[in-house]
Amino acid sequence: MSLDKNLLSKLAVGDKHGEDSPYFDGWKAYDNNPFHPEHNPQGVIQMGLAENQLCSDLIKDWIKANPHASICTAEGIDGFSDIAVFQDYHGLKQFRQAIAAFMERARGGRVRFEEERVVMSGGATGANETLMFCLADRGDAFLVPTPYYAAFDRDLSWRTGVRIIPVECNSSNNFQVTKQALESAYLNAQETGIKIKGLILANPSNPLGTSLGRETLQTLMDFINDKQIHLVCDEIYAATVFAEPGFISVAEMIQEMDHVNRDLIHIVYSLSKDMGLPGFRVGVVYSYNDAVVTCARRMSSFGLVSSQTQSFLAAMLSDQSFVDNFLKEVSKRVAKRHLIFTEGLKEMGVSCLRSNAGLFVLMDLRQMLRDQTFESEMALWRIIIDKVKINISPGSSFHCSEPGWFRVCFANMDEDTLQTALQRMKSFVLRHRENKKKRKSFQENLKLSFSSKMYDEHVRSPRLLSPHSPLVRT
Amino acid sequence: MGLPLMMERSSNNNNNKVELSRVAVSDTHGEDSPYFAGWKAYDENPYDETHNPSGVIQMGLAENQVSFDLLESYSEKKNPEGSLWGSKGSRGFRENALFQDYHGLKTFRQAMASFMEKIRGGKASFDPDRIVLTAGATAANELLTFILADPNDALLIPTPYYPGFDRDLRWRTGVRIVPIHCDSSNHFQITPEALETAYETARDANIRVRGVLITNPSNPLGATVQKKVLEDLLDFCVRKNIHLISDEIYSGSVFHESEFTSVAEIVENIDDVSVKERVHIVYSLSKDLGLPGFRVGTIYSYNDNVVRTARRMSSFTLVSSQTQHMLASMLSDEEFTEKYIRLNRERLRRRYETIVEGLKKEGIECLKGNAGLFCWMNLGFLLNTKTKEGELELWDVILKELKLNISPGSSCHCSEFGWFRVCFANMSEKTLEIALKRIHEFMDRRRRF
Repeated sequence: MSLDKNLLSKLAVGDKHGEDSPYFDGWKAYDNNPFHPEHNPQGVIQMGLAENQLCSDLIKDWIKANPHASICTAEGIDGFSDIAVFQDYHGLKQFRQAIAAFMERARGGRVRFEEERVVMSGGATGANETLMFCLADRGDAFLVPTPYYAAFDRDLSWRTGVRIIPVECNSSNNFQVTKQALESAYLNAQETGIKIKGLILANPSNPLGTSLGRETLQTLMDFINDKQIHLVCDEIYAATVFAEPGFISVAEMIQEMDHVNRDLIHIVYSLSKDMGLPGFRVGVVYSYNDAVVTCARRMSSFGLVSSQTQSFLAAMLSDQSFVDNFLKEVSKRVAKRHLIFTEGLKEMGVSCLRSNAGLFVLMDLRQMLRDQTFESEMALWRIIIDKVKINISPGSSFHCSEPGWFRVCFANMDEDTLQTALQRMKSFVLRHRENKKKRKSFQENLKLSFSSKMYDEHVRSPRLLSPHSPLVRT
Repeated sequence: MGLPLMMERSSNNNNNKVELSRVAVSDTHGEDSPYFAGWKAYDENPYDETHNPSGVIQMGLAENQVSFDLLESYSEKKNPEGSLWGSKGSRGFRENALFQDYHGLKTFRQAMASFMEKIRGGKASFDPDRIVLTAGATAANELLTFILADPNDALLIPTPYYPGFDRDLRWRTGVRIVPIHCDSSNHFQITPEALETAYETARDANIRVRGVLITNPSNPLGATVQKKVLEDLLDFCVRKNIHLISDEIYSGSVFHESEFTSVAEIVENIDDVSVKERVHIVYSLSKDLGLPGFRVGTIYSYNDNVVRTARRMSSFTLVSSQTQHMLASMLSDEEFTEKYIRLNRERLRRRYETIVEGLKKEGIECLKGNAGLFCWMNLGFLLNTKTKEGELELWDVILKELKLNISPGSSCHCSEFGWFRVCFANMSEKTLEIALKRIHEFMDRRRRF
């Protein structure tokens, strides 16, 4: 006879942790049957996790050559006690300096970052939440262009009580956010009495894999300045940009746009994607607003970076030649993977949204949908997980307004596995095409598992509820 | 669409400052307390044996530096980061750097569970799957508050209590603290009457109480909570249908292990799930191991829902995988942990005895303590007036004249004035002697007048 659920807070018993989303079903499928080239070659290939595994060799080499960066080696042990007691929420000065320098170099040295404005947080997850706590009250709202990173729903809202108002973008212009879409979303919110405190977006975008052009950035800056609302730019994929127009940070735009109120501008950063170190929990809040810096710094007590990690990174990231080479390689290796994958898909007649950044592509499978609905998207997604054994992420989990788009990650595996994934996709796509042709000619069920009967079964399966997209509901 | 007003770029323009949230502009961050004013004085003029012998000695920071040599020699000999850094470390590094699973490294959780059991002399067992990791006890306490209470609800906390609770439990959560008043008549133990009074105070103000939070051993008292009191507390929580949180962050700093009863021991002998499920323990390596920089906190709950939710919420505050790995190595070394726990207790006890005896010689009494990194000193007899102002006046004198930063009881919400928390484990023995010398000189001067 257990305690009733009323004994926990509303926050705890609600579902705003977001884990009931189908987004996670794919992960579960992977966890239950993970691919391994030797031990489990028929397992599920994980392409739903945006991790960067392309450059760990560079970091390892640096570590081997720099034993002093560890507080546990003979070379570094003298620093052990000082580091172990260091819990000042300003963070180690060398660490802040190294992070500021790294951020500058990731922007080609086109901007300066002041180390006093570098504030730590528990990963970008913590940084985004902290900014919400600083900038908005419970019940206030932030505008977010769709499609957006699935976990924003949890990170921005769960404990803060801040609402997300989606700003719809669509493929007619490659999902670029427009002034009309922003104005329209803002107006709608106002009319329903919702107080908009700001706009938050990721640049480069997850899941689009695109970086914003100068004009769009100008539009955004003018918009928020006009409304005097905040702009939070999550630049977590900054170093993964590999093609035109290159990466233009909001930090650069500030330099160009003098009239914009700097107190409204805040950047979120992390080493989880660019450096592939998600385990180290290195999040950064960088704000041009002094009061926000002070507040975020106080709040960082709830999510400081381990001093052991700060110390290690301070050493590594102040090695300029290492950093410059690393940044060059990240961009190069991501570009290579991107090319292999998109060309491979192109060969089988599958296209992707044209992208120049990120650890993934947005694959266009609209042609393969039974009909242009999210139910069909889910049905297709289920087949890809269960039959093709690849975990990819359906667009609906990113609140995409159009069905048929899927985010596929390509940087969290070796090249052989990528090729295996491409081969599986190829077999699937070709068979699907054949079946479609045959279905047109014959009106009977086929033996192959990609028959329409199987397709219908999936649609009627109780597991396939409509995705929780607010756009679908309206 | 033109701008209604030309906004100046400089943030010096105070007339049209953009709004931040209520949470951001509130002062619940607590930094205006005298607790922190002393720290600032220290930062501006820190004592150093050779370079600044007349500087401020920091006795307001509960840090444990007495056992560093043990940690350092272990680290140097066994290099617990070794498997990530050496030539064998190829696969190890990458896997570790990618590991962001909020369950935490299993080896680390197992090591923590085993360490917590050792501290309790094996009188309680801990299931590694109930351990949720957070970046420090600061985060653990806030997280539990988010999970167990809604905004405007309250937690009951016995006074005097750790000043940081005002921020950690209330700031972003919107939850309130209602004090359970304790006093020196019974060595500041929690009484059933005090519990009822606190509960009724909340009820009369239409505030819903969701739980009781205790620190055991207590900060700032430096004393363990008696077994009978724990049983009464649990009883009270069952009757009122609320939670019991026990912050046991100083459990490894009890001078004699037999004198510590963890709430885990009490729960161990209870079968009724509806009783067990309201108990939650917070722990950290910041005090016992003296590693506050590494940000290692845990929540241990007997409630499955709480474990699951806390785990999800820990996404905002995970422990660095690099640190988890290093400590998993260190804490599973049984030889090391047994030696460490034993020696650490001894050294803290000796420090405590040194300072208490030194103070006694000057006619200054302390609460009888048996744990922690500080003593609870009674200077009531030195106050001009037995008020908060009187206490702060004396505190200021001690800071400015003696250059000792100690913590006034009022910053810990103590209802009696004249008590001060004095930390003794964050300095060398020599510095402690200097601090006692300054106190001796001060008392000498007073005696002459």
